[in-house]
Amino acid sequence: MVELSDYLILAGMLFSIGVAGIFINRKNIIVLLMSIELMLLAVNTNFIAFSHYLNDITGQVFVFFILTVAAAEAAIGLAIIVVLYRNYQSINVDDINAMKG
Amino acid sequence: MSLEQIIFYLFSTILIFSSLMVIISRNPIFSALFLILSFVTCSCLWMLAEAEFLAITLVLVYVGAVMVLFMFVVMMLNIQESVSKEKFIKYLPVGLLVSVSIFVEMWLVLKSKNLVNEVAVSPIRHDANYSNTKELGEVLYTQYMFQFELASVILLVAIISAIALTLRKRKNVKFQDPVKQIHVKKADRVRVVAMKSEKL
Repeated sequence: MVELSDYLILAGMLFSIGVAGIFINRKNIIVLLMSIELMLLAVNTNFIAFSHYLNDITGQVFVFFILTVAAAEAAIGLAIIVVLYRNYQSINVDDINAMKG
Repeated sequence: MSLEQIIFYLFSTILIFSSLMVIISRNPIFSALFLILSFVTCSCLWMLAEAEFLAITLVLVYVGAVMVLFMFVVMMLNIQESVSKEKFIKYLPVGLLVSVSIFVEMWLVLKSKNLVNEVAVSPIRHDANYSNTKELGEVLYTQYMFQFELASVILLVAIISAIALTLRKRKNVKFQDPVKQIHVKKADRVRVVAMKSEKL
């Protein structure tokens, strides 16, 4: 029998991998976006595990909305990357310094 | 070890492996492919937790649409393979530190016995006639109607902004503007010249 804490520990590992991905790939915007997707996946897994083990469908409704927002975010993020590449001929983070951030 | 546990640990291992490969591999194409593998594996885990509708949605929406978009962008933009191993090593210690400490914190919270084990009841196993889609839909279209419509507005905003961001006006394209064509006057096109008739 799979316990609730098994799912939660799995989601915790997935989330930590996503955080590590943001740190070690901070030069590459596309892999950064993928790491964010991994973290969202971990959060969704938590919601689904709680929904299953508490016999409450509301958690799945939350996952539904998170999936919607994440899809919108990925679409807009990739559109911004395309525009950046068109203007700078590169998506290297070091080249994007117009705002002196 | 029951069959359920074997399935769970098998898919968890694949999920952790593939998500590690997403952040380690130097080629963005491989990252995208491994991310697809992690989505499919995670959808199997969701199916094990009896969230069938969302598991299928994850495969359809994420693997079918979002990851195809990722692959499209990775292949369209000509990205030179990776930014030197040096940077990878440079940020590895701090990344490991932060992620391991986050995981340890989560693990400590989970292991404090009075949280998870008291909250969790044993899940009800549904029979073959149970429809997860129906139950989700019943809640979504009654109790969460307003939020559902807000989600559709968010998608509309995403569509419009993605198109508006990537739209560009090209200068030298041969294109007839219908508005100008309709509003043209006789004087714009025809010039009447008064002149004497010539003899043949």
